[in-house]
Amino acid sequence: MTALPWDLQLLNTLAALLLLLSFSMLSQRRIVALVDLLALQGALLCIATLLLAWRTGSRHLYVSAALTLGLKVIFLPWLLHRLIRRLGVYWDTEPLLNIAGTMLVGVLVVIFAFGLAQPITALASTATRNSIGIALAVILIAFLTMITRRKAMSQVVGFLSMENGLFFGAMSATYGMPMIVELGVALDVLVAMLVLGVFFFQIREQFDSLDLKHLESLKEDQ
Amino acid sequence: MSVFDWVVQLMGIALAVAAAPLFLGWVNQCRAWLQNKSAPSILLPYRGIRKLFHKDAVIAENASRLFRLAPYVVFGAMVTAAAVIPSIATRLPITQAADAIALVGLLATARVFLSLAAMDVGTAFGTLGARREMMIGFLAEPALLVVIFVVSLTCATTALPMIAERLSAQAFVLNPSLAFTAVAFTMVLLAENARIPVDNPATHLELTMIHEALLLEYSARHLALMEWASALKLFNYACIGFAVFVPWGIATSHAPWSLLGAAAMLGMKLLVFGAGLALVETLSAKLRVFRAPEFLATAFLFAVLGLLVRLLLGAGT
Repeated sequence: MTALPWDLQLLNTLAALLLLLSFSMLSQRRIVALVDLLALQGALLCIATLLLAWRTGSRHLYVSAALTLGLKVIFLPWLLHRLIRRLGVYWDTEPLLNIAGTMLVGVLVVIFAFGLAQPITALASTATRNSIGIALAVILIAFLTMITRRKAMSQVVGFLSMENGLFFGAMSATYGMPMIVELGVALDVLVAMLVLGVFFFQIREQFDSLDLKHLESLKEDQ
Repeated sequence: MSVFDWVVQLMGIALAVAAAPLFLGWVNQCRAWLQNKSAPSILLPYRGIRKLFHKDAVIAENASRLFRLAPYVVFGAMVTAAAVIPSIATRLPITQAADAIALVGLLATARVFLSLAAMDVGTAFGTLGARREMMIGFLAEPALLVVIFVVSLTCATTALPMIAERLSAQAFVLNPSLAFTAVAFTMVLLAENARIPVDNPATHLELTMIHEALLLEYSARHLALMEWASALKLFNYACIGFAVFVPWGIATSHAPWSLLGAAAMLGMKLLVFGAGLALVETLSAKLRVFRAPEFLATAFLFAVLGLLVRLLLGAGT
């Protein structure tokens, strides 16, 4: 067994922890805890970015680490917590599939992501290319989180977790996206979150609940 | 040399059998301290066993021969398991004769006999306990096997002594897949040994109990053997964990000083692990029986995640 340098070991461990957090988000029923897990995921992502920035010496990764810290660890969770308090939604309804079933699908999704990432991993030349599969798995599990939930709030958390996965994927495949793209994505997420915040109140005003199954039928049908 | 090997092997078995109640006493003592109670003597399990051996056995009228036989089979299986697990030295005759999968089979044999004996008399409590024990068992076993597969993948062998030797020889590396499987193994250990999130070892005659319900019909020497076997089971699981996840200090030669050092190291690990176990038991509340599958599914998930992370991140980690 050849020992990896310690910073790569740490990066791999962080990648594994990100995957673990995705699974715990998949199994979490309380929305408050879901938001906390999202903040933790952001924090891990920030540490991974800092580590990679130190390793490669590229300055723009420091900027994106700061961006991650400010936006995903502090601002968005704060905003979500405020929304939860004001809307009074603390629990998701029973997810569409039971927890054990969702977990099983999650495991299958990870295997699928691994197969999908293999050609990309073979082409990439970065030292962190092994994490691409994990990043893809994080994205797909976040997608699964969105699919299996009914409440708008947990779907938004799933969406943000998916963005975390995308960011991590870009980082491990090419040491981060160009600065302008990263800034654009960060701005997009921020604006999307603010718009969705307003949207929540609109949905609740219309249907008296945040359950998205009300949005599935057209108004004329009722 | 071969005779000396056997002597060391027999001494190892004797040490495990003798030290198992002491370890149980240590866990109970730590738990009492953490809960602000005055702790019982660390020797209490020995006294309980001695007291039971002096009593006359009472056996239900309709008990079959299986009922009398089961304590000896269960105790024998646990002693054999103690011989198979490398706790102090790795190059021993019985230790090298069986691998980890055979060990899981051995533990399953003990469970089957325990459950059959509990159902033998036909009381409601015994049957209930047996069914719950089998439910926990069939959920815990796959998780345990996946844990063993991950470790076997890492070391390219299923033999526990080889695993312990290879892992203790290499320098310390951060290994996420082994960390995940260690968590999974701890959860399996808690479930299999009737510790607190799944079963409460301190209760009698409650509808939630599992392990105690199995032993309700036993008395005197049979009960003493059963309790000794369950103490030995906890000791064995701890030793499997040490061999796989913290193998440092295990003796690979039979020089007397290295054996002594390994025994001292084992004692240290047991002290720390016992305190940790008591802490976990104090911090967590007992789950409802119907939540136990969820607990074990999480353990299984951790083990599978360990496997997947190992495959994803490649063989370098």
